[in-house]
Amino acid sequence: MEQCQPDRLSPAQEAAVRRSFRNGRAALSRRSLLRASAGGALTVGGLGALSGCGIPAAGNTQGGVSAEDHSKEEKSVSFSNWTEYMDVDESGREHPTLDAFTRRTGIKVKYTEDINDNTEFFGKIKPQMAAGQDTGRDIIVLTDWLAARLIRLGWVQKLDPSNLPNAFANLSPQFRSPDWDPGRAYSYPWQGIAAVIAYNKKALDGVEVKTLSDLLDNPKLKGRVGLLTEMRDTMGLTLLDMGKEPEKFTADDYDAGIARIQKAVDKGQIRRFTGNDYTSDISKGDFAACVAWAGDVVQLKADNPDIDFLIPDSGYMMSSDNLMIPNKARHKENAERLIDYYFEPQAAAELAAYINFVCPVDGVKDELAKIDDDAANNPLIIPDKAMQAKSRAFRSLSSKEETEFEEKFAKLTGA
Amino acid sequence: MATLTQAPPPVAPPVPEKRPPRRRGRWTPYLLLLPGLLWLFVFFALPVIYQASTSVQTGSLEEGYKVTWHFATYWDALSDYWPQFVRSVLYAASATVLCLLLGYPLAYLIAFRAGRWRNLIMILVIAPFFTSFLIRTLAWKTILADGGPVVDVLNTLHVLDVTAWLGWTAGDRVLATPLAVVCGLTYNFLPFMILPLYTSLERIDPRLHEAANDLYARPSTTFRRVTFPLSMPGVVSGTLLTFIPASGDYINSDLLGSTDTRMVGNVIQSQFLRILDYPTAAALSFILMAAILFIVTLYIRKSGTEDLV
Repeated sequence: MEQCQPDRLSPAQEAAVRRSFRNGRAALSRRSLLRASAGGALTVGGLGALSGCGIPAAGNTQGGVSAEDHSKEEKSVSFSNWTEYMDVDESGREHPTLDAFTRRTGIKVKYTEDINDNTEFFGKIKPQMAAGQDTGRDIIVLTDWLAARLIRLGWVQKLDPSNLPNAFANLSPQFRSPDWDPGRAYSYPWQGIAAVIAYNKKALDGVEVKTLSDLLDNPKLKGRVGLLTEMRDTMGLTLLDMGKEPEKFTADDYDAGIARIQKAVDKGQIRRFTGNDYTSDISKGDFAACVAWAGDVVQLKADNPDIDFLIPDSGYMMSSDNLMIPNKARHKENAERLIDYYFEPQAAAELAAYINFVCPVDGVKDELAKIDDDAANNPLIIPDKAMQAKSRAFRSLSSKEETEFEEKFAKLTGA
Repeated sequence: MATLTQAPPPVAPPVPEKRPPRRRGRWTPYLLLLPGLLWLFVFFALPVIYQASTSVQTGSLEEGYKVTWHFATYWDALSDYWPQFVRSVLYAASATVLCLLLGYPLAYLIAFRAGRWRNLIMILVIAPFFTSFLIRTLAWKTILADGGPVVDVLNTLHVLDVTAWLGWTAGDRVLATPLAVVCGLTYNFLPFMILPLYTSLERIDPRLHEAANDLYARPSTTFRRVTFPLSMPGVVSGTLLTFIPASGDYINSDLLGSTDTRMVGNVIQSQFLRILDYPTAAALSFILMAAILFIVTLYIRKSGTEDLV
């Protein structure tokens, strides 16, 4: 029945809407909430009485980190990824880049789109990971804050650099050393997600916007500014705008940032905090300007020429979704070969041409130009030098900070 | 046919069997109940018990949570988030009243006046439910968009000046205001009001109306003394079916509201999924349940309807 959608949504908006209910940047699905409670209830696995139950500590790994590697005798690898995060052919069933990998190496890829939401997926693998069991997955893709948590908990395996020559050589400098995984010992980025400022020229009506301060302060934009519910993106841009460094801010800096946005909220400047659903607001002109994800802006711009983006002088926030090999994975070497494959410029270009996220691979531009010239020249897909220089990352947080910061931010958004 | 007139052959009257009813029969009702009870146990009782336990635990994700009977969580949750609770009740109550005002005439029309259009109108009431809740709510963003026809008309008629003065809207827009959230709730739960109202109105014998007329009752008196009292079960169950889900809803507030329209559902969602503070989220859920239970009990006592529908 879900096909009966009003046809006034453009494909980009529709995709965004679908994503916002699935991929959890918006964290807005009834399903995920239901699963969080029902699934949680089932893990108790019995009545256990009120005081009997508790939630066991997540961070223990009984048994060795790695399992016996069956890569040699079993020519397969199972790859869990997000929905709509891989190239597909005309029929919509085949994934050309994966097929090319299988043809070349003989390794069959069991590709599953079973990650809809970072938090939800964490809940899904938690019981097995905490008990030190195989989840049946050789590669998982998670956003960096959750990747950081998994590394912290000791749930993912150290990668073998000798299987990753391309990945080592071609990884873009801006992704090389996140503070949660220095030198990429445990993870490699799948795609980068840039948070920038998007605006609707028609809705701005001549008002000039250059920085986040313009969004937060200019009275002409009152009630027509949108911010993201993704704490790291909104707060990172705010900290940058205040001259702080998101890589090493203090708790006081964070509070100052919250106060800065709170002032704008109190003035009625901010219309809404949104997940992916901001795309319809900005294209209809209900938002004159908002914080936005680059991948969406590429699509929105293609559909609506009034939409454009700007990179503040102070910089923009870059995060990434990261490939990792969970503990006890059966096909570690095959998984590493698959990761390495996507760092070959040709495979990376084919992927980049299909999904409009920031490509974390160097030397892709020429390959991509052969497929799609516009995409190759789009700094939101292949960042140029100036763009790379402005890329900033949010520092990793301890578990205590994470709860505290998310809570302060949630209060800001009204919940 | 002649055979019919013949006296039927004498049939021995059924002799009451002496042996007690078969064993199996006694358990049949329970066996039939079993799937339902199991379902309730797994999907209602267990989660409730689990959440009750969670709400009195303390700890963190990394260290795990332990039951410490930390009841202060309830108090903290309530003192932090009482505005959202008040708002939830207020919005849900407004939406329920609006649903009743819109739904009653429509249900009345379908039950007594629609004639052969009855089925068609019923389908029109239910049809929107064939699309997903989210898509329907998103459609309201298009309908109420700034500079859209609806908002333009309201602005020209200065209606929005009045609502802004009342604090229902802000500036010259409808979206991202309390009014939009209440409208969204009303729209999304209207069928839950109409259907029970319709079933109880449809049961009313039209001859009662004729009788009232014969006794010189004016139409308004007929409605007040006959129709409305007889439809009370529908009114009560309709308001409950609207109020209860509306007070826990968070989609409407999320999509149509703003920072100052957040309801308790939004808080629970963000506590569960973003902040990962499971005890507070569980405590909030229980406070909401208790509040609704209290309000509903009071309401049913007051309205004096024992049998719903």
